[in-house]
Amino acid sequence: MNFRRKSCPNARALYNQNMSVLAVAEDVLRKYEPVIGLEVHVQLGTKTKIFCGCPVEFGAAPNTNVCPVCLGLPGALPVLSGQAVELAIGAAVALHCRVNPFSRFARKNYFYPDLPKGYQISQYDQPLAEHGYLAIFVDGAKKRIGVTRVHMEDDAGKSIHDGFKDSDRYSYVDLNRSGTPLIEIVSEPDMRNSDDAYAYATAMKQVMQYIGVSECDMEKGQLRCDANVSVRPRGTEKFGTKAEIKNLNSFRFLKMAVDYEIRRQVELIESGGRVEQETRLYNVETGQTVGMRSKEHAHDYRYFPEPDLVPLQVSEHWLHQVKSALPELPQDRRDRFVNEFGLRDYDAEVLTLTRAVGDYFEEAVKASGDGRATANWVVGDLMGLLKAAGKDIADSPVSAANLGELVALINKNELTGKLAKEILPKMFETGDSPRAIMEREGLKQISDTGALEAIIESVLAANPKQVEQYKSGKTAVLGFLVGQVMKASRGQANPGAVNELLRKRLG
Amino acid sequence: MSNVPPVPTLTIGRIREGLRRKEFSAVDVATATLEFAERENPKTNAYLTFSSERALEAANRVDDQIANGEHLGELAGVPLGVKDVIVTKGLRTTCGSHILEHYIPPYDATAVIRLEEEGAIVIGKLNCDEFAMGSSNENSAFGPVRNPAALDRVPGGSSGGSAAAVAQGTCVVSLGSDTGGSIRQPASFCGVVGVTPTYGRVSRYGLAAFASSLDHIGPFGRNVEDAATVLKVMAGRDELDSTSAFATVDDYGPLMKQDIKGLKVGLPKEYFAGLSADTDAIIRAATKKLEDLGCQVNEISLPHTKYAVACYYIICTAEASSNLARYDGVRYTLRSDSDTLSEMYRNTRGAGFGAEVKRRIMLGTYVLSAGYYDAYYLKAQKVRSLIAQDFANAFERVDAIVAPVSPFPAFKIGEKIEDPMSMYLSDIYTITGDLSGVPCMSVPCGQSPDGLPVGLQVFARHFDESTMFRLAWNFEQAMKS
Repeated sequence: MNFRRKSCPNARALYNQNMSVLAVAEDVLRKYEPVIGLEVHVQLGTKTKIFCGCPVEFGAAPNTNVCPVCLGLPGALPVLSGQAVELAIGAAVALHCRVNPFSRFARKNYFYPDLPKGYQISQYDQPLAEHGYLAIFVDGAKKRIGVTRVHMEDDAGKSIHDGFKDSDRYSYVDLNRSGTPLIEIVSEPDMRNSDDAYAYATAMKQVMQYIGVSECDMEKGQLRCDANVSVRPRGTEKFGTKAEIKNLNSFRFLKMAVDYEIRRQVELIESGGRVEQETRLYNVETGQTVGMRSKEHAHDYRYFPEPDLVPLQVSEHWLHQVKSALPELPQDRRDRFVNEFGLRDYDAEVLTLTRAVGDYFEEAVKASGDGRATANWVVGDLMGLLKAAGKDIADSPVSAANLGELVALINKNELTGKLAKEILPKMFETGDSPRAIMEREGLKQISDTGALEAIIESVLAANPKQVEQYKSGKTAVLGFLVGQVMKASRGQANPGAVNELLRKRLG
Repeated sequence: MSNVPPVPTLTIGRIREGLRRKEFSAVDVATATLEFAERENPKTNAYLTFSSERALEAANRVDDQIANGEHLGELAGVPLGVKDVIVTKGLRTTCGSHILEHYIPPYDATAVIRLEEEGAIVIGKLNCDEFAMGSSNENSAFGPVRNPAALDRVPGGSSGGSAAAVAQGTCVVSLGSDTGGSIRQPASFCGVVGVTPTYGRVSRYGLAAFASSLDHIGPFGRNVEDAATVLKVMAGRDELDSTSAFATVDDYGPLMKQDIKGLKVGLPKEYFAGLSADTDAIIRAATKKLEDLGCQVNEISLPHTKYAVACYYIICTAEASSNLARYDGVRYTLRSDSDTLSEMYRNTRGAGFGAEVKRRIMLGTYVLSAGYYDAYYLKAQKVRSLIAQDFANAFERVDAIVAPVSPFPAFKIGEKIEDPMSMYLSDIYTITGDLSGVPCMSVPCGQSPDGLPVGLQVFARHFDESTMFRLAWNFEQAMKS
């Protein structure tokens, strides 16, 4: 039998509803304050499943990465993966949570064909970690979003409704994903608009990737999020009734769904209606959220402590070990870049977007000794080249040491900025060091007085009019003459030395 | 083969001796046992499946070891029956239920692996109440088991087949499971030894779960020593069961043969209310015998006993309602095809489960429901702690506790099946052992005037099976004389 969810029974009514919602005036909208909380599921990047030794692998042939435990066979028992716990603790620490020394797994009971045990093993009244926060930046302002809790759980399998000869009558189940380790991160209702929600989800992904908890590939379902949305009249304290929106598989959809839902709720209240507590599904094609399950039909999950697992105890020692193995967190690193190297906020932000770019930058600074200049080269020229080539910083043909050397050469007056900009693409192309390219192409700054004087003489001879003007007091013409000398030297002349020699020569 | 002694008289020790002296081979024992069992089984319906091929392969391995002069396992050549809630690779495991009527597991339970590694010969799979839910073996989808001591009576349950087979002599030892008395009560009813070890002593990996926090695998034997040997072989930490204990396993054999002079034994007064007069007299005589052996027997109190039945039927049904959710028609079970998903679930589970299993799933679902959890499940967990505390307090003053196993001996088939409350109440003396997790066992201690076996229940401290076996072994020796 086919157990797909029934599609929307009344599309026209929904369409009309959508149109009327769009008619909410901005000033009416502004009378309400949205309140948003997010539940983010992150797949932990373990090699094996959370309660058995089966590999976690995307795209394997259906039902091949399975065993008695993740198939839910009679008699099979779960054994908690230590690696999963360590990654979960790492995530909790990165979110500034208090890791509970004692937490407990619970069974969340419901029937679904891709849930082989008939229950999910999750955490309920005693989660792994609580009371954290995540900092977000919206319009340049920093804001802390509270993290209520981080708990561990196992993922279900997948139901496949299409693509088989008998898909009109049957659905198929692939249990490869069953038992994949997840953490659920529940935020406080601290977000006030879709930009906050977008920034939170983005920052969450960044942090999780940064500390190596997960690759957070949304297309593979490694990061999923649900949004709880309510509205209340501005200036009031009491939360409005919330709706939970599911099926938000990109951050763009998250933002669109939250915006839609805010308008829907405001419209409903303005027209004398009441928001019902319910679960809604975001429809990517219509851009609408659609009611899926009302409160009366909400599942009663009948949670109770999982008797097959002993309580999870995280000792001070273990917590310390995990903490000390964590890399510097992106926000800490950003602050340090600003303080230590005097970077602009924007550059510091860009240079901490991923761990790889931060590591590259720091490596380059070691060779250049100049943080600001190095930041300019990485954020500007190098990233431009990488983008054009469709490459990641990890695959950059220009090594961090070579980029640092390029900056150092400028600072030592061995290269002009102009020359350096010509050399970098060549470094990018060949992977060679700046010195190797300079030698090969004879590109070298000319500071030697004799050589420069010869060039100056020929320039002065060719521009008698400008020499005349300078001598009559129009000293501004010096710039023109310097430019001519630079041109004649193919940009290799040291501009400082040229300036000085010209002045002296023209008396 | 003619050299094999009558199969029902075999013990682990006798087989070991016979193999050592080359009186008979392991294949001789396996063949004789299979022949006897297949011939006698129709009387009791103890076996649901025979595993001749697996048995003969295992017996051949033992004979090869003997021929090569290799070290023999502790259970070399010993015919073993396995309760059908314990999974066996390639060998049908039904859990006594229609829903798993054709289920062939792809793996072996840890207990079975450990016993076979020591040379045990799996003869077949033993009948039981469906998913181990019942006290009479009448809840099996494959017909009731009859008590070898009186064929019109129940063998007890839920491990009725395991007790009956050992009593009947169709295997030497067997495995059962105990959640509320399912090993001790049938052992008592059939007149054999049945042991419920400390919770966590034996890995539950491969035991189809009824109530995970209460489920135990334990052995049956025709004497204390055989049961203790089986326990010793399968006990100990298993990485596949997070709740299995790291505690070291004693060598029970020599320890149990020390005398019991001065052993402090408690007699819980709560266990003598509502007892049939015959059973009362037999248990009193047994305690007298313990005194004769030098034990200091004193009355004690386990004051929360009266709440045990209510507490037990909340916790076990709650866990069962969740544990049995996996039998949903999607993967390996029976499936009643239907047009919609919920209809498929309803039809499959409606057709696949028997009445008692359905009753417990409904009870368990109810007690875990939103709004009822605190009043039932949470309260029951608190009561469970009090009952465990009762035992902890008692064991500060005594080394062992003895009590009846059941208020009455084996009852007639059909006598109680229509009255679940009366059936539940018959577990009253055994469920405290499971709720507290202490080791306990039943050792035969006499017969009712109409010849029905009665067992004496022995409890000891957590992980102190040695003391329990010592008391039971000394008592058993005294009963012989």
